Amino acid sequence: MSLLIRNVTKRFGSLVANDNIVLELEPGALHAVLGENGAGKSTLMKLIAGTLQQDAGEIIMNGQAIPPGSPAAALTAGVGMLAQEPLVCLPFSNRENFRLGSAWDLEEATQKLRQQSQKIGFRLHPAAITRSLSVGERQQLEMVRLLARGIRLLILDEPTSGLTGQQRDQLFAALRQLATEGLMVLFVSHKLEEVNELCRTVTVMRRGKVVGETTLPKPEADLVSLMFEQAAPTQARAPIATDGSAAVELSGVDAGYGRQGIAGIDLAVARGEVIGIAGLEGSGQGALLRALSGQIALRKGRLAVSGRDLTNRRLREFRKQGVAFLPGGRLEEGLIPDLSIAEHLELANGTRFLIDWDHARTRSQASIDTFRIKGYPDTSVDALSGGNQQRVLLSLLPPKLALLVMEQPTRGLDVESAAYIWNRLLERRRDGTAIVFASSDLDEILTYSDRVLVVFDGRVIASRPASDLDAEQLGTLIGGVLAA
Amino acid sequence: MTRRIASFLVPLAVALGITALLLIVAGAPPLEALGLIGEGAFGDTTRIADTLTAWIPLGMAAAGLVVTFRAGLWNIGVEGQIIAGAIAASAVSRSAPGGPAIVIPLLLLAGVLGGALWGWLAGILRVKGRVNEIFGGIGLGFVAQSFATYLVIGPWKRAGVASTSGTEPFREETWLPTIGDTRLSWVGLTLLVIALVGVGFMLGRTRFGLRLRAVGSNPASARLLGVPANATLYWAFLWGGGLAGLAGGLLVAGLQHKLVPAIAGGRGFLAVLVVLLARNRVAFVAPIALFFAAISVGSSQLQLRLDLDSSLGAVIQGVLVLAAVLYAGWQARRVLVKRLAASAEATV
Amino acid sequence: MDATFASIIAAAAPLVYAAVGEAITERAGIVNLSLDGSILLSAMTGFAVAFTTGRVGLGFAAAAGVSALVALLVAWSGISLRLNQVAVGFVLTLLAAAVASYQGEGFVHQPGPSVTPRPIPVLADIPVVGRALFGQNLSVYGSLLLVAAAGWFLARSRPGLSLRAVGERPEVAHARGINVNRYRYLAALVGGALVGVGGAAFSLDQKLGWSDGHTAGFGWIALAIVIFGGWQPLRVALGCYLFGALQVVALRLQSRIPGLAQILPSIPFPLMIFALLLVNSAGLRRLLVRSHRVSRWLLPEAPAALGRNFVP
Repeated sequence: MSLLIRNVTKRFGSLVANDNIVLELEPGALHAVLGENGAGKSTLMKLIAGTLQQDAGEIIMNGQAIPPGSPAAALTAGVGMLAQEPLVCLPFSNRENFRLGSAWDLEEATQKLRQQSQKIGFRLHPAAITRSLSVGERQQLEMVRLLARGIRLLILDEPTSGLTGQQRDQLFAALRQLATEGLMVLFVSHKLEEVNELCRTVTVMRRGKVVGETTLPKPEADLVSLMFEQAAPTQARAPIATDGSAAVELSGVDAGYGRQGIAGIDLAVARGEVIGIAGLEGSGQGALLRALSGQIALRKGRLAVSGRDLTNRRLREFRKQGVAFLPGGRLEEGLIPDLSIAEHLELANGTRFLIDWDHARTRSQASIDTFRIKGYPDTSVDALSGGNQQRVLLSLLPPKLALLVMEQPTRGLDVESAAYIWNRLLERRRDGTAIVFASSDLDEILTYSDRVLVVFDGRVIASRPASDLDAEQLGTLIGGVLAA
Repeated sequence: MTRRIASFLVPLAVALGITALLLIVAGAPPLEALGLIGEGAFGDTTRIADTLTAWIPLGMAAAGLVVTFRAGLWNIGVEGQIIAGAIAASAVSRSAPGGPAIVIPLLLLAGVLGGALWGWLAGILRVKGRVNEIFGGIGLGFVAQSFATYLVIGPWKRAGVASTSGTEPFREETWLPTIGDTRLSWVGLTLLVIALVGVGFMLGRTRFGLRLRAVGSNPASARLLGVPANATLYWAFLWGGGLAGLAGGLLVAGLQHKLVPAIAGGRGFLAVLVVLLARNRVAFVAPIALFFAAISVGSSQLQLRLDLDSSLGAVIQGVLVLAAVLYAGWQARRVLVKRLAASAEATV
Repeated sequence: MDATFASIIAAAAPLVYAAVGEAITERAGIVNLSLDGSILLSAMTGFAVAFTTGRVGLGFAAAAGVSALVALLVAWSGISLRLNQVAVGFVLTLLAAAVASYQGEGFVHQPGPSVTPRPIPVLADIPVVGRALFGQNLSVYGSLLLVAAAGWFLARSRPGLSLRAVGERPEVAHARGINVNRYRYLAALVGGALVGVGGAAFSLDQKLGWSDGHTAGFGWIALAIVIFGGWQPLRVALGCYLFGALQVVALRLQSRIPGLAQILPSIPFPLMIFALLLVNSAGLRRLLVRSHRVSRWLLPEAPAALGRNFVP
């Protein structure tokens, strides 16, 4: 059983997520797929597993092309994928989840579950409720199910996030054993050490294309130079006018849950400082940003804004202390569909009981002019483009802020909007506003940050001045390798 | 604007068409039947007064429902809130002394408070207990209904006879003053106008109304913008319940003059239909409520003259709203499909 | 005592049909708020057809068909039109009730046919449970069989497992190759038909005949019992029998405590609210389980995707 991916292309609108991908695997392969955020790895895996349908090209298992866009067809052809979040029904028992979608009856399913688990050294109790399992164990359940269905190719998408060291070793041991029995493994990851440890060959992707294929192990520097483009050298920036006092401090903070959580965070951000958070999406940036801005509670540790302890206080208090949050999902978390620009401004800034709409419209027109928003006071925000929505969100921010926390500030924006927005953001530094932002765009991080934090598996593993880093070094850090 | 009028008229036309078919099947000429309904509702002064009298509690409850719908809530418990208001108003009618100028405002205020309390309970279940307000509302409605029934055949029963036909009629000082010799009360009319105008004003021109709409559209974003979402929801329930309770008080003091178990009589549910048809806009609530009141009152003529059961009126109301809801949903889906196609942003 | 048990089982039979049917529909993720109106309409239809044709069986069939149609309408508007199931269900409950009133006008207070009693010889003489389980008619036997069948179907059969997955996490079911929307339509069809049988069981067996508002809020009560019974056929049925018992008791005590029979219909609702509180409050659940007072089995779990439309 071999796999051949022949000239596969997938587009989303104008974005080419996978461009003419070619890949070949032989039985027993332990093959890694490396790439940074947005390289196209997940899309490719979804195409192979049938969850998405390619626009061009074929995926061929054992000489037969798999009918595209059908997970069932892919499974019949012998392809199974272990998603980052295992697709199971939590209230069901293990054997019910194991059985779902198959032709087995309950006794058969129970037996097969026991057999398959034992074969690769997992311990799964058939009657236990899946909700009581840890993330790693749920992953094991899914793996065992796919193997029992007779797959010949197993795709693992970032499988080790959230696993304990022991579970990780268990997983690797099982994978090695399965490979000797002829199973093909596609291991998608950004963790360079693990990739070197487990896999024998690797494909590196960048911006939707395959940019390299080589054998493993390889020095991390070589891999990183394939994964990341050379960024333009960062311009020297005027030193920040800061009095050195801390805008926000985190000490020993744990927050968030499971794979998306953060632990053991110590962080101090000075007034007027710009901090860029880099790392693979889902490594905990979301939790960190939300913990900083008071959206989620801290399970452990302390948080202080401008010297004042705000640990687990209400969002109201954070606003009063001058903390604001710009979410990544503009319409889902930041703006209110159906309401107009003027209505948003009134909501955010107005204080009086009665609303004078003429006055409100005039004020919002002033904002529209200042921020160069392409819209009118009465335009509904869901009719605006992404760039203009972001400008509206900016215009809603109070004038003086102690801390501004942003998630993917320029995602999906055209270059002009992005540059404009950063200009306005940097202006705030002069008032002493500290800015903390997370981004998948390494250029953005290196260009605008004073300091760069790298998150990996829920922890901050590096904190360096931006001027000390180039794209390669940053990429290596994101891959979890600290020796950069 | 024309599209809004069209989205209202098209389902109306469809529903009338279906109703006409129904009438034909039942062996009744459609135009004549509809004409009879109109005559039954507006034929002479007494009938106009009756229609307007029916309009008052319906419009009042509907006004309250506009508030809760705008906050994103399905306040199906409105029926129970009417009953709770009626019970409170009855309690005051039975026990408070004094002339009309004192008792009537008191009992109406009690109605507001009773309904607001019932709404507040639904609010607690929803906000604190995260119990869906539909089921919470139905549950509270049944409890209110049982309580009313218990009072009518228990502690408040008519002397000697425990009957579900109602309590002892309340003294005349508690009766709302009427116009001429009709049953229509100018107090009720005035309050209805105030309620409709008030709700419209509140939603459109106050900060609270803006916050309400924000929470109804996207509670997460609203919180981020500084809106106290939970407090806003509670207030919405208080408004909805209070107006429904006022309707209940008006029913007691203006129509029944006693407490009967069926005091709400499905008016709360009918008000939900009114607001669904009015697409949540206060301006449309008044005429649609009047229209529905006319159908309810006028369809008694069908029985008398064409030997058709008066429940045909309820069928017409139901078909109208069903057509409107299906049509509106179909429209919204077209918009959604377009919006989804435009914003295809992928995670690679 | 025997007679009491027997009358409880018989009195609860219509409710069992309706509640178990609705439980099946809701397990697939569709909430059929038109339940009360459907029961009214199917009760009227069942009686009307049986009255006109003289055949009780036809009455049951017609009732099942009508109710299934209404349920399909709710499902269709949710699945194909992507409408709010609640909105459509609510409008339909009022509309169906109005249609029932209107079409049923000619049958009000008419004496009509009813289900013939068919006690099973020998078995019916068993003390205590004999009459209750074996001294009934076909309608009641059917309700008892339904509980067992539905319980088995959901817990052990393959399509039952798929149906549960559809209502719990449709994206998982979809990924396993299960046709989510087909299962939802089927669940609405079967559940709706059972509701219809329940309505007919009302007007042809328990409360014979037809009158305005004949089924007195039983649809809402069924909805409450589904929640209180944790969406599981066995527990839902127990809830129905409990309610039936309360009804019987209330009738006996009627003379001593006036108004009891009127308050009775509202009793399931505080229980339902309590059940909903349990469903939604993780803290409350942990508290109860940890204190070992309540076994895990008793805690209700709502199908997570209930009421939400699925877009593959």
